Amino acid sequence: MSSIAASDEQASAKAGTKAKVIQPAWVRALHWTNAFAMVLMIMSGWKIYNASPLFDFTFSDSITLGGWLGGALLWHFAAMWLLMVNGLIYLALGLATGRFRKKLLPITPEGVLADTKAALTGKLSHEDLTKYNYVQKLLYAGIIVVGILIVLSGLAIWKPVQLQYLTAMFGGYEAARYVHFFCMAAIVAFMVVHVVLALLVPKSLRAMIIGR
Amino acid sequence: MGRLRNLLIPGVDKTLLLKDAVKTMPDLTRRRFISGGASLGALTLLTGCDVTDQFSAEEMLKQVSKFNDGVQAWMFNPDALAPTFPESAITKPFPFNAYYSLDEAPEIEAKDWKLEVRGLVENKKSWTLEELYKLPQVKQVTRHICVEGWSAIGSWTGTPLRDFLKIVGADTRAKFVWFQCADKDGYNSPLDMRSALHAQTQMTFKFGDEILPRAYGFPMKIRVPTKLGFKNPKYVISMEVTNDYKGGFWEDQGYNSFSGS
Repeated sequence: MSSIAASDEQASAKAGTKAKVIQPAWVRALHWTNAFAMVLMIMSGWKIYNASPLFDFTFSDSITLGGWLGGALLWHFAAMWLLMVNGLIYLALGLATGRFRKKLLPITPEGVLADTKAALTGKLSHEDLTKYNYVQKLLYAGIIVVGILIVLSGLAIWKPVQLQYLTAMFGGYEAARYVHFFCMAAIVAFMVVHVVLALLVPKSLRAMIIGR
Repeated sequence: MGRLRNLLIPGVDKTLLLKDAVKTMPDLTRRRFISGGASLGALTLLTGCDVTDQFSAEEMLKQVSKFNDGVQAWMFNPDALAPTFPESAITKPFPFNAYYSLDEAPEIEAKDWKLEVRGLVENKKSWTLEELYKLPQVKQVTRHICVEGWSAIGSWTGTPLRDFLKIVGADTRAKFVWFQCADKDGYNSPLDMRSALHAQTQMTFKFGDEILPRAYGFPMKIRVPTKLGFKNPKYVISMEVTNDYKGGFWEDQGYNSFSGS
């Protein structure tokens, strides 16, 4: 905790001279494009799910997109391009600029435990938004992995013949459907927590909109 | 969009015009159109576009779907075989699926049925079931994947379509083989020539080693394990080799036309 406090001091000292950019423009542009594409994918995906539910429930039509299965499929297979192209640019820039390494690594179990405890007791500092705490690091790195998995499992469902090795990696067509579903569930759960926390720390939301 | 706008009559309320137009649609189409419009309407609220932009959203989605046809044709590897399964993996009972109930399924008398062969072929003679049964047959146990998401493994036996196309002297440089069926309201579906020539694409006469039952398309279905289920027409009565895109029952309603697996 003391190391976090110390770096917070340094950060505020620097911030005093010149308000620094917390989220660079490329991150902001890709973030909101991704958010838009994700919402389209999830809402149309729910309608597609409803045509042949894996579990004993369906999604209310009021929160789905497309009107009927055919419409939902059109949305899903249009928004997928936006999601994939945007996601690939994000991965390429995240690796090339060193952002992933600098922002998300290292992730240590001790760090995650300490910061989880601090978060639950309301002691987690949000002074320096340029540095992610260990809980953020874990969740952000985790959701990138889920994002990759949902695209790959989606491709496995879409092309179980042409990409049959990919489909086999997920344990076959039917298993890939479940993987795709649970990735969606993980993303929705992430989004709920993510939005609630962004609203609780409004300056983080501001930083994702105007950069500072 | 521009073309559509020009079609509208000046001084006529677009919203009322739309309402009247919807009234003239057949029931099924109307329901789909309205329900599609309803969620597009929700998006309209978000984007602030006016009612006529519903058409541009629909138009955009259609264009992307056409683009996806091209991408899938590019991804299609004619040598890639659909995975096959042991007989023990066959789904029992294999589901009956159609836009009507089983007792509305076509009841075809074998002796009355003939397969009509049309279009870019040298020999346009119609084939009786007896004649077709004499052609060499191959069995496959493959996964049938429905556009709805569910899948089932079945055993299909019949003549590879590419062998039949050769026998009738089809011009295999043509773009499509178009099938028409005996289903109520007239089912039809186009199949791109490369998929038609795929080794596993089959004129199916048997399911599970028995004569194809009525539920699965007696007397003949086209089994295409590299395509979604709705591209596997049942109760086939004619095939036409053609360069024209003639549309299909589901394709015309918005399902992606290539729909490859």
